[in-house]
Amino acid sequence: MPSDELVALKTKAEQRNRANRICVCTAASCQSVGADRVHKAFEAEVNKSQREEQVEVRAVGCMGLCSAGPLVRIENDETAVLYRNVTEQDASALAQSIGRAPVERLICPTDVPFFTRQHKIVLANCGQIHPERIEDYVAVGGYEALYRAITEMTPGEVLADVKASGLRGRGGAGYPTGLKWQTVAKSPDPVKYVVCNADEGDPGAFMDRSVLESDPHRVLEGMAIAAYAVGANLGYVYVRAEYPLAISRLRLAIRQAKAANLLGQNVAGTRFEFSVDIRLGAGAFVCGEETALLLSIEGRRGQPRPRPPYPAERGLFGRATLINNVETYANIATIVDRGGASYASIGTERSKGTKVFALAGQVKNTGLIEVPMGISLREIVEDMGGGVPAGGRIKAVQTGGPSGGCIPNEHLDMPVDYDSLQQVGSIMGSGGMIVMDESSNMVEVARYFMEFSMSESCGKCVPCRVGTYQMHQILSRMLSGCAGPGDLSMLEELTRAVGETSLCGLGQSAPNPIKSTLRYYRSEYEEALRKSRPSMPLAEEGVR
Amino acid sequence: MCPQTVRNEAPSDDKRWKIINATMRRNGDDSHALIETLHSVQETFGYLDDVALSYVAKSLRTPLSRVYGVATFYHFFTLKPQGEHSCVVCTGTACHIKGAQALLSAIKGSFGVAPGETTADNKLSVISARCIGSCGLAPAVVIDGNVMGNLSPQTLVARVEREIG
Ligand SMILES: Cc1cc2nc3c(=O)[nH]c(=O)nc-3n(C[C@H](O)[C@H](O)[C@H](O)COP(=O)(O)O)c2cc1C
Ligand code: SF4
Ligand code: FES
Ligand code: FES
Repeated sequence: MPSDELVALKTKAEQRNRANRICVCTAASCQSVGADRVHKAFEAEVNKSQREEQVEVRAVGCMGLCSAGPLVRIENDETAVLYRNVTEQDASALAQSIGRAPVERLICPTDVPFFTRQHKIVLANCGQIHPERIEDYVAVGGYEALYRAITEMTPGEVLADVKASGLRGRGGAGYPTGLKWQTVAKSPDPVKYVVCNADEGDPGAFMDRSVLESDPHRVLEGMAIAAYAVGANLGYVYVRAEYPLAISRLRLAIRQAKAANLLGQNVAGTRFEFSVDIRLGAGAFVCGEETALLLSIEGRRGQPRPRPPYPAERGLFGRATLINNVETYANIATIVDRGGASYASIGTERSKGTKVFALAGQVKNTGLIEVPMGISLREIVEDMGGGVPAGGRIKAVQTGGPSGGCIPNEHLDMPVDYDSLQQVGSIMGSGGMIVMDESSNMVEVARYFMEFSMSESCGKCVPCRVGTYQMHQILSRMLSGCAGPGDLSMLEELTRAVGETSLCGLGQSAPNPIKSTLRYYRSEYEEALRKSRPSMPLAEEGVR
Repeated sequence: MCPQTVRNEAPSDDKRWKIINATMRRNGDDSHALIETLHSVQETFGYLDDVALSYVAKSLRTPLSRVYGVATFYHFFTLKPQGEHSCVVCTGTACHIKGAQALLSAIKGSFGVAPGETTADNKLSVISARCIGSCGLAPAVVIDGNVMGNLSPQTLVARVEREIG
């Protein structure tokens, strides 16, 4: 029996339904090439021709192929046509094409690998629904999983589904989600918290941001289901302050869900209670680390502390705390909806489901994609991404950001899953995927990431604070031609020492970009050494 | 506990302190509200000065040292006033690969400012950011809130010159 709340919202959505829709992507990338003006032009066009009753102009989230923005999709219940690089001037021709032949010159083909190889779960509604309307989310089945969980399932049954799904954390480390939930569920703590990590620190990635901006209710629903399963009544979303649109959409979504009785006390008339609050990050990468993040929510400096105890035992305000990534929560409703086993049928033996990647760099098609685990890296970057724009050769693919590594062309046929990526010296990470061509100097790439880790090190422990600085110094010396003969072995020694003795994941993984580039591109380091004349002073570097 | 918190006197009769007070109240006037409060101050006044930090410390009954420690730990907070115009250069991975460094050098060459600095005439602040979500248009820059992509050093300098007039 469906809940009254959901039925009411569905009715509201149906009343707004028009035979035709003009969906304009107004997410970050399209916005920067004029999507807002395009959106307005369409509204004016529909208004002028007095077709508001037949045509809805809808602002939607990221449609994926950001490099072809602004993207517009004109659809009715039978067909949909995607248009690329749309300008305000095109609005009139496109609006008039409704019910007639599509405008050929602007068509963006969707029967190409970029679209056909995707498998959308997390991004299913991105670019489809209006992110600021809860009824749109409900109209496509939103909040039904939550309702079913709290009315028809025990917390144990929900937990069993998540375990059976094989879902692993999408924030980077890949810890089995079901196991984490179980630890929190078992805790006798009378007060528990559910926290969503939306700090998205990888400097080349925007997956979590897109999900929050394009489909915020999906994340809230996932958190609410998690709260039910582990026995929590209060949740926090920790979002970067640099994401103002994500923050305002999330705020609105929370208000709407509360008003619709899908959050708060007596959710959908049951005894389940769950409230969500937002906490803003303030530009510290290390706050993505879970123990630092929890301290930051408490209003303190976000400096990691040793684990154990893990947050699942002692977390926020000393209470048992479940902390998961945005994308992890975004998978939950689907898992409850279709059952854990169905989800587990996607992907590989040890990496289930799908993964969202932000594909960028020297590649023709850039944007946001969601692919089944186990797809080969080459399929992603060459077939879907279209390879290097000018037709050059891909030199490397970087995954995992500053904690990850560079995968060389000869390994591109490997499957994308947690274990295979680790074997080649990188990590799944949160989903940043940067393609590099022959113009990239790998020592320079290593220095870029080391500069990042150095400036983001919180300074709490010596190996990371001093070691990242020293590694950065050596790389800078190599690049400016003043490295000494001992520098390479010193660098290798430092990567080992910092990796093994740092307190948190930042320091432990900071050497990874160097390690992987040394492994595959050692000759570039040796070349830098050969060209070096140690007597040359290092430009612009003081002693710290 | 104090039954009815007697609110500390605001540093001035600037109406904007009411916004700060509201943020603190909404978060229970507790030290947990520190970061939220600092966000509110920065959003309202543009930066965090000593007067504001002391007021927040007193109001949240938190040592000034801790307030200062938090304000300086997080990069997002700035203790200096910002220029009239802002130019945020993305130095995320995709933009780095596609030449963000050249953009920064061009800015430095033309206006004499590096990330984190403001020109002497207070016209322009340059800030570096990490991934602004427009990787497809790398290298990307945000000038006074407007995102611009696929920039060359020359076009960027021309744009900034036009903005600051
Ligand atoms: C330095 C550092 C930065 C991190 N940044 C993030 C981040 O931005 N987003 C995230 O979800 N997890 C991040 N993590 C991982 C979190 O500590 C934690 O493992 C994760 O939020 C757990 O959620 P999951 O199991 O759903 O992945 C980071 C870890 C470290 C060590
Ligand atoms: S490893 Fe680095 S970031 Fe982590 S606690 Fe130590 S100094 Fe801080
Ligand atoms: S922002 Fe429009 S397609 Fe990604
Ligand atoms: S790296 Fe610059 S926009 Fe993403």
